[in-house]
Parts: sequence; structure tokens; C-alpha cells
Amino acid sequence: MIYLRLFFEFAKAGLFAIGGGLATLPFLQDISLRTAWYTSDQLADMIAVSECTPGPIGVNMSTYTGFTVGGVLGAVVATLGLIFPSIIVIIIVAKILKAFQDNKYVKAAFYGLRPASTGLIAAACLGVAQIALFNTGALESLKTAVSGIRYPALILAVVLWLLMNLGTFKRLKGNKVLAKISKLHPVVFLAASAIVGIIFKFGA
Amino acid sequence: MKELLDLFFTFARIGGLTFGGGYAMLPMLQKEVVEKRGWATNEELMDYYAIGQCTPGIIAVNTATFIGNKTRGVIGGIVATLGVVFPSLVIITIIAAFISNFADLAVVKNAFAGIRVCVFVLILNAVVKLGKSSIKDAVTLGIFLVVLVGSLLLDISPIIFVLIAAVVGIAAQVLLKKGGAEA
Repeated sequence: MIYLRLFFEFAKAGLFAIGGGLATLPFLQDISLRTAWYTSDQLADMIAVSECTPGPIGVNMSTYTGFTVGGVLGAVVATLGLIFPSIIVIIIVAKILKAFQDNKYVKAAFYGLRPASTGLIAAACLGVAQIALFNTGALESLKTAVSGIRYPALILAVVLWLLMNLGTFKRLKGNKVLAKISKLHPVVFLAASAIVGIIFKFGA
Repeated sequence: MKELLDLFFTFARIGGLTFGGGYAMLPMLQKEVVEKRGWATNEELMDYYAIGQCTPGIIAVNTATFIGNKTRGVIGGIVATLGVVFPSLVIITIIAAFISNFADLAVVKNAFAGIRVCVFVLILNAVVKLGKSSIKDAVTLGIFLVVLVGSLLLDISPIIFVLIAAVVGIAAQVLLKKGGAEA
């Protein structure tokens, strides 16, 4: 029964892949080696598609692999398998947390966890900046770092930042247009950036 | 029932607008969950991300389960999680079935290169917002800097950073303060 096996393979990936979506990658490689459900070339395609479609990468990859192996039902089963351990574990963790949320040690732990969490997200943010604003491999030395800047992307980043933040500056707070722009839904900025990327051939 | 539907569609929207890993989901969570619905605070988002680093499963799914569970209990956790994966299921299935060279299309490459720039700026804004509530004093600033520089330069699992930060937090808040009171 291939669907049952799909479910368990992906539940295993969901249980042992800790961290971001790309943490599932080694498990997908392992599944490919053991089952011959898909080749490593197919896997490379799946990663590429997962990275340039909406949705968390890990979920996209499990859906794509599931579909390759067992069609629409395979996609659903693989994705349900991936999220199954998370749901169980997180609901238990949430229950424990709730019971101890007023404990002074737990509170103190979170006092330390929050800046760490912010630091990890800031590091991920710089990782995205490296891919978005620099040519591949540009950051290996200082010289290539300067020549490897993608200036159109950098300009877009600065313009986006100004649009999102100008309205919140104290001196400009009275300006209604700027305030409105800075409150726009992120999807507006995403769509505009996609259009800018297409017009100015950012991917070339 | 209405609230569960609201939970499902809110998380479906968040899933459908996330480009990249779980971190790219953060700006959407701040907009939809913190600012619009008030289902969680920025502090709670940071807690969920920190815990999500150390628990099984991918962060995007863990965070959705956390928030859903907090709003409507166990059913809420399940519904929010199904919501966040729903757009992926639909979109990826369509692409896998009909568009064989999707990732190689010039228009997709160009659009996504633009989107990536925007994702960077969105996450940057999200980090600034989080930093304002998580970095309060010298200890928290120190933790932030050590984790940031450490995870950029060293090949260490984030779990290690999270565990050390929790210990430092307990040491700074509970043990040192106690010592100070006795002295």
C-alpha cells in the first residue's frame, strides 16, 4: 500500500527534521535512495519549484514528492504525514507551557529565548539578503562583494524599505499618503516587486 | 464554526503569501495574526519560533499549530495547520501536473528574483519590530548579538543557541537577582 508508506515516510521526515523547511531535504534524499520513487534530478527540480512558489518550502517539497509518487492523493497523504508529528508534539508542548507559564524559571528562560529567536531570524534575513542582493559567490572576498552587488535589486530594496517605513517616521507622521502606504498589506509590495522583477529582468 | 473557518482561511492566506521558509511567514503572521486579529502578540511569536527551532517539524507548521491551538484549542491547532498547507497542495499539484519546466521559465525566474528582494525587506522590518520588544537591556542585547554572529559564522545547530539562551536567561533573571537580594 503505497499511500500508507508515503504517510509514514513523511511523518518520519516531519518528526526528525528539526528547524526550517530545508531541514527536510536530507530526509527526501534518503527516501529517494531507499525507495527509488524519484531520482536525484527530479528532486533538484522539486526543490527549485518549491522555492519559487507560494507556501513554506518544506510543505511544498512534500506535496511535490507525494504527487510524483502517487498523484493528487499521494500529495495529500505526504503532506498530512509531514504535519502529523508537528500537530501532536506542539499541542502537548503548548499544554505544558500553559501549565508553567507563570513559573519564574520559565519566564526567565523566555527572557533569554526571545532575543535569541530575534537573532536567528536576523541571521536568516541576512541569508535572504545575500541571495537577493548579491551575485552567486560574491561574498567570498571583499573585492567580489563590492563588484557582485546587484544594484537594481539594491535600489528596489531601498525603495521598498522607504515605502514601508517613511510613514512611521515622526517628522512625516502627518503625511496621510505615506502613512497609508506604510500600512499596506505585504502582498501589495510582493506583487509590485514581482512586476519590477519581470520588467527589469531581475532573474537574468 | 465561523471562527474555525476564519482560522482556516486566515492561515490559508498566510500560507499562500509565504515565499521561502518559515521565516518568510513572519511578516504575514505579524500583519494577519498580531495586527489584524490579535490572536497572538509579537512576544508570543518569538516564543513559538524559538520553540519551533527545538521541536520536531518545520517551523511554519509548528507556528500555525501553536497559534491555532491557542485560539480554539486542539481543533483550532489542526484547522490552522491544514489551512497553512492548503495553498501549497493546490498550487504545487497544478504545477506538477501541467507545467513541467516551471522553475526554468524566464518570467518565473524574474518575478521570483524581485519577490526575493521584497521578502528580505519584509523580514528586515519584522526583525526590527521583534527586536524592539525582545532587546531590553545589556543581557538581551548580548544574547541577540552572540546568536546573530554565531549563527552566521559557525556551523552550529540553532537548537544549541536556543538552549544556551534559555540557560543564560534563567541565570541572569533568577540566580543573579537572588544573589543580589541576599547581598
